[in-house]
Amino acid sequence: MTDLPVGERKPLAPPVDDSGLVGWARRNLFSSWGNGITTVVLFAAIGWVVSWFVEWAILTANFTASTGAECRGYGACWALIREKLRLIFFGTYPYEQQWRPLLAVVAMLAMLIATSDRRMWRPWRLLAIWSVGSFVTFLLMFGQLHIPLSLFLFAALVIGLGGLAFRRQVGSAGEVNAYRALVAIGVIGIGLRFAGILPAWKLGIAPFSFVETGQWGGLPVTMILATYGLVFAFPYGILLALGRRSNLPLIKGLCVGFIELIRGVPLISLLIMASVMLPLFLPTGVTFDKFLRAQVAVILFAGAYIAEIIRGGLQSLPKGQFEAADAMGLNYFQKTTLIILPQALRVVIPPLINTFIGFFKDTSLVLIIGIFDFLNTANQALVDPAWAGYPGEVYLFAAFVYFVFCYSMSRYSKHLEIELNKGTRR
Amino acid sequence: MAATARDLSNVPSVITLTGVNKWYGQFHVLSDINLDVKEGEKIVICGPSGSGKSTLIRCINRLEEHQAGDIVVDGVTLSNDVKNIEAIRREVGMVFQSFNLFPHLTILDNLTLAPIWVKKMPKKEAEEIAMSLLKRVRIPEQALKYPGQLSGGQQQRVAIARALCMRPKIMLFDEPTSALDPEMVKEVLDVMIELAREGMTMLCVTHEMGFARAVADRVIFMDRGEIVEQNEPEAFFANPRNERTKLFLGQILHH
Repeated sequence: MTDLPVGERKPLAPPVDDSGLVGWARRNLFSSWGNGITTVVLFAAIGWVVSWFVEWAILTANFTASTGAECRGYGACWALIREKLRLIFFGTYPYEQQWRPLLAVVAMLAMLIATSDRRMWRPWRLLAIWSVGSFVTFLLMFGQLHIPLSLFLFAALVIGLGGLAFRRQVGSAGEVNAYRALVAIGVIGIGLRFAGILPAWKLGIAPFSFVETGQWGGLPVTMILATYGLVFAFPYGILLALGRRSNLPLIKGLCVGFIELIRGVPLISLLIMASVMLPLFLPTGVTFDKFLRAQVAVILFAGAYIAEIIRGGLQSLPKGQFEAADAMGLNYFQKTTLIILPQALRVVIPPLINTFIGFFKDTSLVLIIGIFDFLNTANQALVDPAWAGYPGEVYLFAAFVYFVFCYSMSRYSKHLEIELNKGTRR
Repeated sequence: MAATARDLSNVPSVITLTGVNKWYGQFHVLSDINLDVKEGEKIVICGPSGSGKSTLIRCINRLEEHQAGDIVVDGVTLSNDVKNIEAIRREVGMVFQSFNLFPHLTILDNLTLAPIWVKKMPKKEAEEIAMSLLKRVRIPEQALKYPGQLSGGQQQRVAIARALCMRPKIMLFDEPTSALDPEMVKEVLDVMIELAREGMTMLCVTHEMGFARAVADRVIFMDRGEIVEQNEPEAFFANPRNERTKLFLGQILHH
């Protein structure tokens, strides 16, 4: 076909690879003597490890023993996991009430899965998902909720401000006035509450027995610390990153100072400060829940890291994007939320999810201040003398659960990258 | 082909620059610029690289800040007042050398963004205007694609449509064809010529001298931050008076 004159040649299909599995193996695994030997040795090694593991973990494992002594002579003692499963997952939560943390975990998973769907990424939908999900989660965990009036006022203020920020330009007059009314109610109400004119009224919802945070343990604790830690740290990190790029020296200085300070200390020291030193500075009688203090420490810490990642994304954008947005007459807020952040966040999905995964695992450090997260309750399962001597099984199981969560996040990150870049790449 | 020398003396001016100066550190990038642009006037600004021509037009919509002198655009004096700046930017459209379309938005969303958010236009109306402008730049069929899927020439035409979507009084072009492959320059220039014929006030930094001859009322030559020479295109190209202009024209016209 190449003997046709120039200009009349037709495009040809690329050559087809028809050599099959054997051809693929020859090219990729046995292309030379050295490669062939390496392949054989590695396959033998992998085969040996896998066969040993299968024999230990499945073929000779004991699933039914009722004490550790009965496991002697067998491979893995999975009976221990069976026996301690509820302790590992729910810690010291009252035994007969443990259906509640189980449902709380289900509620949180449902909330996270719903959030991971891009069709839900609308302010109102997210607000609905997270308020319902959080309400259910904490109602189940605590058993009773007493929501103070000021929280409602604060919610009205936040919703009103958010609505004004996003919808003032595009919403109808009635809608915008509704936001103004919400802001006014929030501001006036909180002012009156502080002045002591409004009473300390609380909305009490008490369908179950009350379980304080000190009795919480296991997977729900890890999930709450990680989920709410990151959910609050994320917007907070965005604000820090924007603040760090601000032209106003005071804001910039505060943000830089905060980020450097938090990044400069280990999470453990921050947790210890939150649990031991903070109460010393508070006036007597004022106490914060230990769990809440740990949660705040995680938020502050994660926020600083997320801020630096997002700053990287902001810096990767060409200057022209900022200029084009400016030249159109968009104000700072519109420019940031419509043009800059959507692009910057897209760029930083891989490092962001990397940090999320890191923090999911780092929450296990709260065991230092006596909170029973998942890894800590797994540890507790080893304390029972009747089951002494099988730490491998317990840690392997804990590792497996962590892996399921982290691997899901990793896959989701990959999926999101492809999804968001659909159309924007040729 | 040549634009007839129009008498613009009775037409009101829309942009007035008086004694504008600007420095980058020690470097004097704009030196005592005086310029008066009439309504509907088309000005082509040329000059060697680093002569301050881009900086000059970027000062008009405050992408760059001038340090001395006055810039009055459509009756509003540029100052640090954000309201002033935003008012001017609503009236002044800009087209960049590197297109600067928003890659995460479809072509249609690129066009409707500013009308919806800055002018509070209903979405439907904004989309109608956007589609009619896309027809005008001859790419309505690309409306739902993303910028990355278009050729350079198509992207620049979208950028022009995007600027026009705000119904600006003035259009600034910062080397709109310099980043394009040669075969795409014409499609962009055709759109610009059409726009000029419709009476838009245009300030255009470009080295496309064919474009200057076709539509410009005035050609300005800048060098080292100064306006060295300005004239109507015929006279400007036929007998440049300044030595630097002659040198520059010699370099860009004979190769």
